[in-house]
Amino acid sequence: MSDSTDEVQSYTVRLELVDEPGELLRALEPIADNGGNLLSIFHERGNVTPRGHIPVEVDLEATPERFGGIVDALRDAGINVIQAGAEQYSEALTVVLTGHLVNTDLSDTLSRIHESSDATVTDLSLSAPAGTTDESSARIRLATEEGAVDRTMSAVRTVADEKDLRVIEPLAAGGDR
Amino acid sequence: MRLAVIGAGAVGSSVVELAADYGHSVTAFADSGSAVVDAAGIDTDAALERKRTDGAVGSVDPSEALSADYDALVEATPTTLGDAQPGFGHVEAALERDRHVVLANKGPVAERYADIRELERESAGRVLFEATVGGAMPVLSTIADFDPRHISAVRGVLNGTANFILSRMATEGLDYEHVLAEAQDLGVAEADPTFDVDGTDAALKGVIVANVLADDGTEYTLTDADVEGIQEITGSALELAREDGRTVRLVAEVVEGSVRVGPRLVPENAPLAVSGTRNIAQLETEHAGQLNISGRGAGGPETASAVLADVGRLE
Repeated sequence: MSDSTDEVQSYTVRLELVDEPGELLRALEPIADNGGNLLSIFHERGNVTPRGHIPVEVDLEATPERFGGIVDALRDAGINVIQAGAEQYSEALTVVLTGHLVNTDLSDTLSRIHESSDATVTDLSLSAPAGTTDESSARIRLATEEGAVDRTMSAVRTVADEKDLRVIEPLAAGGDR
Repeated sequence: MRLAVIGAGAVGSSVVELAADYGHSVTAFADSGSAVVDAAGIDTDAALERKRTDGAVGSVDPSEALSADYDALVEATPTTLGDAQPGFGHVEAALERDRHVVLANKGPVAERYADIRELERESAGRVLFEATVGGAMPVLSTIADFDPRHISAVRGVLNGTANFILSRMATEGLDYEHVLAEAQDLGVAEADPTFDVDGTDAALKGVIVANVLADDGTEYTLTDADVEGIQEITGSALELAREDGRTVRLVAEVVEGSVRVGPRLVPENAPLAVSGTRNIAQLETEHAGQLNISGRGAGGPETASAVLADVGRLE
């Protein structure tokens, strides 16, 4: 490779797409065409922004130089790039909530966390062994901006307190090593 | 050194049993109702045997142990909260006579740290308490060696009973009540496991660490700790954690003057995810990154080794 001195890194790009057919494909083409290796795409169809757009989060690998080209190409194609780069939208945190999750409106819980912290729910797994009317547990992965973990955790705690849910929090970054 | 050992539970008895191995003699040994005192050194085997058969270590009043000839008092009575008595009074009595004190009892340094330090300043005796945090593990002496000012955070799994329950629940897919009953059968959990499972024991250890780390003289007690136990942890929560390569541990965390104990998600392969009754303390050092100290956090001979290490430091 010509740019072998540059290490490949992973990046997260957050886009907001117009809700029209073909938009997602149109957003992914500039990534592939410019040497990005797509890792995952999270298409939040149910979560429309106040402007009526659909947020999409794309994880990809590229060299830093090529990543710059990808962002430029996306913008040239008229794609709405909200955030780009590992440094801006890079922290993921996982929490487990337990309690009467279903009775207390899980989707409201999630949107409240999103609204008060700007964190995005990127994964949700619910376990309700005794049925939905009994206590259940949910594992939630949240993507948040660098440095916004405390704010996100405090949003989670506030909502959980209000709904009498228990939170199993992750350790701070240091303890995860 | 000549030792007066107050408290004849697992730890006190082990100290008496092992003292000679470490080059020390025991000149007094007391339980709550009796004492045996001999300035030339008590017959430790006989005292331990008597404790086993009669339930009393000797025939004289326990207060005689406090006024006996000794160089260091080993305080190994059960941990009490609030005024930390009678342990605190034993420490006071020894320091007033300019004797050293080695604590295995968490109460005095978790609940009345400032009082203990004040008494120590006026005495020629010193107070050491390695055994109060992490049993056999050299947590406090490592903090002292690295200098508390160069340690930014301490986290740890500091209660073996809670850790046994959580790790059994996770590996066997059993619920809390079932594993607790099993732990009681195995002698891992006491008949009344409240302080272990509700986080109090881990919090006391966190508070002691916070007291040691506070270089501005701030005093911490149990009421300063934010404490949550493991009683509400469900099998399904552990299963969800496991699916994501994580597990749940009761973690005590001391960071920037806050003490927090509660169930936390940790990666399954992280150092903090010790299993069974093992403990771990993780120090964040300013110049040397992370330092993990892991080992047996409870048990008679284990905790007695930490007590005897302190006695060695006093020589």
